[in-house]
Amino acid sequence: MVKITINGRNINAPEGVTVLHAARENNINIPTLCENEAVAPYGACRLCLVEIKTAKGRQRLVTSCLYQVEEGLTVQTNTERIQKIRKMLIELLLARCPDSDVIQQMAKEHGVTGGRLTPQTGNNKCILCANCARTCEEVVGVSAISLSKRGVERELTTPFGEDNSDDCIGCGSCSYSCPTGAITMEDKNGTRKITWPHNEMKFKMKKCSVCGQFWAPVKQVEYVAKTSGTPVTDYDICPNCRE
Amino acid sequence: MAKLKSFGDLETLKKSITGKRDPKKSVIAICNGTGCQAYGCKSVTAAFQDEVKKQNLADKVDVMPIGCPGFCERGTLVMVRPQGIFYQRVRPKDVPEVVAAIGKNSVVDRLLFTDRQTGAKVTHESDVPFYKKQRRLIIGNNGLIDSTSIDDYLAIGGYNALAKALKMKPEQIIDEVKKSGLRGRGGAGFPTGSKWETTRNAHDEVKYIIANADEGDPGAFMDRALVEGNPHSVLEGMIIGAYAIGSHQGYMYIRNEYPLAVKNMRTAIQMAEEYGLLGKNILGTGFDFTLKIQRGGGAFICGESTALMASLEGKVGEPRAKYVHTSEQGLWGKPTNLNNVETWANVPIIINNGAAWYSQIGTKGSKGTKIFSLVGNITNTGLVEVPMGTTLKEIVFDIGGGIPKGRKFKAVQTGGPSGGVIPESMLDMPVDYDELTKAGSMMGSGGMIVMDDKTCMVDMARYYTEFLEGESCGKCLPCREGLRHMKAILTGITEGRGKKEDIALLEEICATIGDAALCQLGASAPNPVISTIRHFRAEYEAHINEHKCPAGVCKIGAAAVK
Repeated sequence: MVKITINGRNINAPEGVTVLHAARENNINIPTLCENEAVAPYGACRLCLVEIKTAKGRQRLVTSCLYQVEEGLTVQTNTERIQKIRKMLIELLLARCPDSDVIQQMAKEHGVTGGRLTPQTGNNKCILCANCARTCEEVVGVSAISLSKRGVERELTTPFGEDNSDDCIGCGSCSYSCPTGAITMEDKNGTRKITWPHNEMKFKMKKCSVCGQFWAPVKQVEYVAKTSGTPVTDYDICPNCRE
Repeated sequence: MAKLKSFGDLETLKKSITGKRDPKKSVIAICNGTGCQAYGCKSVTAAFQDEVKKQNLADKVDVMPIGCPGFCERGTLVMVRPQGIFYQRVRPKDVPEVVAAIGKNSVVDRLLFTDRQTGAKVTHESDVPFYKKQRRLIIGNNGLIDSTSIDDYLAIGGYNALAKALKMKPEQIIDEVKKSGLRGRGGAGFPTGSKWETTRNAHDEVKYIIANADEGDPGAFMDRALVEGNPHSVLEGMIIGAYAIGSHQGYMYIRNEYPLAVKNMRTAIQMAEEYGLLGKNILGTGFDFTLKIQRGGGAFICGESTALMASLEGKVGEPRAKYVHTSEQGLWGKPTNLNNVETWANVPIIINNGAAWYSQIGTKGSKGTKIFSLVGNITNTGLVEVPMGTTLKEIVFDIGGGIPKGRKFKAVQTGGPSGGVIPESMLDMPVDYDELTKAGSMMGSGGMIVMDDKTCMVDMARYYTEFLEGESCGKCLPCREGLRHMKAILTGITEGRGKKEDIALLEEICATIGDAALCQLGASAPNPVISTIRHFRAEYEAHINEHKCPAGVCKIGAAAVK
């Protein structure tokens, strides 16, 4: 355990955890969009910036989702400087995704009204945090989607920009990890539809041989069977009926 | 050629190389750098080779293609040695006359450089005003060797520093580099010796070293000139560094847009391997070191150390936060020491001459010399190497020859696209890392873009912002989105759509990018805008309030005025 202070509160945090983690464990809120504990920290949204002072007295701004706690660290999560940065970051987000409820709510909470920057159109609600792509790669292990191009042209895409990605198993993890609702998923009449900012794909779903419910995309079931080395017939019955 | 197995073997080889050379023989040295290639130096070189034969002078005159000596404005450059005659703007048709003059011990007057101030012809290289105030420790050797010949490099004392270093303890070398005060020439100016020490002390058996030759600043080409013109000096620095750090594998990351640099470095590595100066058991000391070239992926961001390492690993070249230093966890998670090409090229000089000698050059906080690429509205475009602490005025006016076409100096931008502009009132500033940072600019890799009074500072800021917007990797929000809006606002101002609030809004976005961007590309990206607002605010105001471009660059339409 290391001793740190956050906003004046003395906290004992386990070695190796990030400042953001330590703050959360102690009910101190630091806003963030691109942080997701299922994947490795990335540091793209910059909302979780905090001011720190090390035991040696060095002061600076760091990304709390990446910076690990250390003995004697003093953290301030909401100074005037931090507020100013966060407001501008949210203003930039608002101009990028004017239609996102999550961003609008965040703007409201931080007193950002917007209107100074020209809003963009056609971005859907994607803030390019890469949570989806990182989940697809790190958690699911298929890398069916990824961010391509550079800078302002950066976009979420399938391999080679094809409308249909053969790699995608339709698991929908990307939609669960998306912080702004830019990726949606809908199961209807035995078909799963996943909508990304750039395209949509449909997946045939497997029917439970007992209850008759459609419970997972066929491709996902095949993938799980293959990677776990189990016969695909093991998945004829849905998890609910198996119990 | 058999591999050199001891220090004695190296000495013997050197003696045999110098013994074979006839000191009485003249050498016609022709710049074959990329700049002079554009002037047609290849045909000039071929013409010299033919002409020497034709005039039966082959036993009296050697023809040597050399690396870039820096005075690019005046290519193709030709030097006749040992006479020290300096010819400029040589074309193939001039060649017979030049060769004949060597035979007759005379000089071709019309090809000499004319001093603009005195109107006098200058015969000798050392008297040309462009070279007079320079101190060319690093780049000077470019002019003395054929970069594709390791024997040429050995003949001028090459690999002496390596032999000396391999007799020292690694800690002694690091100590020497620390004492020399050498700071990273890639831009950030981190003390090189300390970086080496951290990598050496990092707990891992496997360590890597990297040379960053992904020079991406528009208008900067000093690293290219070094890799093309004197690749062995970089190699020698790296082998010494690897030994000091305890690394056995190095990488040279060269931008792919530098084909000649890649080619010459490849030749240099091959030759060093053949001589046993690279590879297993170097000079019989038991030290192994191999070096591979990796060609860059064509992105400006790949010059940033963590993005470069990602690119080297075969991933997308995007930076990561450096809370754990690359000297602890870098390439493939191993301790990695990355230095710029010019930094590596300084190492043999420090080892040869000692830290005490080296640290006498420069200022208190910045030691040694620095190569700048002097471009833009300047009379003498080229590469300039001066001791740290030389004033901007000396660089721009004494060496650079001032502003052409009788125009007035307006500003100089240092540090590449994300550097800041420095106005006339600050020309007496001594150039070193700390002074430039204080002035709101930076050393960067050493680009210097000179601007005359016909340059619109708003348009210039817009241009660099657009460049950086295009080169931003897009990973972090403030850099990607912030630059997008900054460009839009600046474009609006230059097109007469500026609003009163724009300057304050720009300043606000700049402050956020500077504070919040993930890497230094982002954090320094606002510099052109911040510095032009600071020093040339009136120009912004004229565009916004009066719909006028004082420099007459921006076409502000009548429609916009309403």
